[in-house]
Amino acid sequence: MKRSDGRNMDELRPIEAKAGFIKRADGSACFKIGNTIAYAAVYGPKNLYPKFLQDPAKGILRCSYNMMPFSGSGERVRPGSSRRSREISMVTEKAFMPVINLDEFPNSVVDVFIELPQTDAGTRCAGICAAAMALADAGISMKDLISAVAIGNINGELVVDLSKEEEDIEDAVDIPIAIIPRTGEISLLQMDGKISKEKIPEAIALAKKACKQIYKIQKEALKKRYEVEVK
Amino acid sequence: MGELLVKNKAVVVPGEDIAQGMDFVPGKGTYRDGEKIIAAGVGLVNMVGRTINLIHLSGKYMPKIGDVIIGQIVDISLFGWRVDTNSAYPAMLSMKDATSSYIEKGADLTQYFNFGDYIVTKIIKVTGQKLVDITMKGPGLKKLKSGRIIKVNPNKVPRIIGKQGSMVSMIKDATKCRIIVGQNGLVWVEGQIENELMAVKTIQKIAKESHITGLTDIIKEYLEGVAK
Repeated sequence: MKRSDGRNMDELRPIEAKAGFIKRADGSACFKIGNTIAYAAVYGPKNLYPKFLQDPAKGILRCSYNMMPFSGSGERVRPGSSRRSREISMVTEKAFMPVINLDEFPNSVVDVFIELPQTDAGTRCAGICAAAMALADAGISMKDLISAVAIGNINGELVVDLSKEEEDIEDAVDIPIAIIPRTGEISLLQMDGKISKEKIPEAIALAKKACKQIYKIQKEALKKRYEVEVK
Repeated sequence: MGELLVKNKAVVVPGEDIAQGMDFVPGKGTYRDGEKIIAAGVGLVNMVGRTINLIHLSGKYMPKIGDVIIGQIVDISLFGWRVDTNSAYPAMLSMKDATSSYIEKGADLTQYFNFGDYIVTKIIKVTGQKLVDITMKGPGLKKLKSGRIIKVNPNKVPRIIGKQGSMVSMIKDATKCRIIVGQNGLVWVEGQIENELMAVKTIQKIAKESHITGLTDIIKEYLEGVAK
């Protein structure tokens, strides 16, 4: 069976990734998956103010997720922070906690800004993929990259990387999953909708497989950026 | 018996396996997980004996004891000066490390170093919490009064200096400029205006093409070409 856009059940949308293209940022990356585009810019480590926010034992990671007003396919997105964007910023931050060596820069902060100029489902996953590359590009010490993908359940079947069209189907389930590629550990797992208990491990297995492909693309994009310099 | 999984001097990304086996030792920028040695950042693999280090290609400066840096005075307190080090951590220049002359109680400290002054200084102490102490006592440490300051990627500083300062002295000779390269990525250049610009251009070229083999010859040719 094929999906509405002609993809197989376990097929990702076409991905394009590029590292280091925002000149003034310490690190940056762009991650396109289908019609979803995420830009990430990293600044720091830098001095953190107000001072009471500083942690003398380890550094702080601050993420900001933002959908641009014109990014959606329907109505204008109201600019500024919302309950949704604050939640996603928070889970993105938490997704990076297991891989970033925060103890190497105590009392300071690393800022990650994720901007989405065009959205078509799977934005938090695209944002995480872009942010992982941007953090690596900024020279932040980290154990591994992070790859993320959304698994869906449509009409009783599990599909990889939902598009907006699929997400809007009645009773569709959306499960964004972020994976640490080397170990296969999960660093983000959310769910929107209802699904049977038996299907969760299946969904995770699918995500792990898809994330391997994404990781390859992220890795290649990062290497391409620096191999130009090294040659 | 262990083996390298990537070539020496290859670019690796976080989480990439570099070597397998217990006869290798993880060094700067790498870590061990079981039998494997893994990269903890983007960089070039650099084998030193059995130790595997990573040469970072990006990232901010981290203060290190003994580094000579160029800093800017940002604040004056009761005990001395606070200096921006082009990193996440400002440094403290205490009165006793600032000058050998006697400073009277309640004296106006701006007569020694004022806001915005650039200084060549040396890091004498970095604590675990990254509190940085610097000194002005030592050869070549001084306030910078004229010339220009440019910022480069601090990871490229070793290439700009070259082996035993070969690269920087080549630029000095060719442009007749005085140049001080701070480990934190700030470079001070002073000379005649055209020469200054030429030195700046050359330094930026080195920072851009830093890891090409035979860089010294390329820069030598470049400098000779511009001189003609």
